[in-house]
Amino acid sequence: MLDILIYILMGLGFLCFIRVVIGPTMVDRMVAIDIFGILVVGICALLVLKSGRTFLIDVAIAWIMLSFIGTITLAKYLTGKKLDE
Amino acid sequence: MNTISIILFIVGAAFDLFGCIGLLRLPDVYNKLQSATKSVTLGTCSILLGLFIHYGFTAVGLKALIAIPILFFTSTVAAHALVRGSYLFGVKLWDKSVIDDYKKVVQISTEGKEVEK
Repeated sequence: MLDILIYILMGLGFLCFIRVVIGPTMVDRMVAIDIFGILVVGICALLVLKSGRTFLIDVAIAWIMLSFIGTITLAKYLTGKKLDE
Repeated sequence: MNTISIILFIVGAAFDLFGCIGLLRLPDVYNKLQSATKSVTLGTCSILLGLFIHYGFTAVGLKALIAIPILFFTSTVAAHALVRGSYLFGVKLWDKSVIDDYKKVVQISTEGKEVEK
């Protein structure tokens, strides 16, 4: 049961990778990377149950914050301003 | 394993599936972001809630419960910043888009900056 769900989420990550490759504009690729970060959090939450290693939920929380910082940085880059404006 | 947590896992995986299908199929950047961010955030929050229900009030369950509002707020703020950045970057809307209200706001703000200079 858990195996099937983890494989489904990994396949969805592969769909995001397809969007990164064929995306017509730069913003499409950034959206796909953002969504991939959220999917990895779900995979980590399922792997806690699967493997019994409880530090993976800490990895999930850290991954949320790093994905947020990366996306905010790229969005500020799109508007053409510096980070402290 | 608990039945409620299994149901929450399946619902979360289904929402993730719909979000990624929308990410592949929809025509526009804004449509893609609207579909993908909402659905995938709700699906992952559902998976974390199922983990909390399975573990109860232990360390792992409480960390999963803390991760839900963090994910919710950061994901929505990041999506809003991406939409605003892509609009100011000059990404066009889809051909069949009906209404564009943000255009007036951008015009007003740029005219105001010109007046200040």
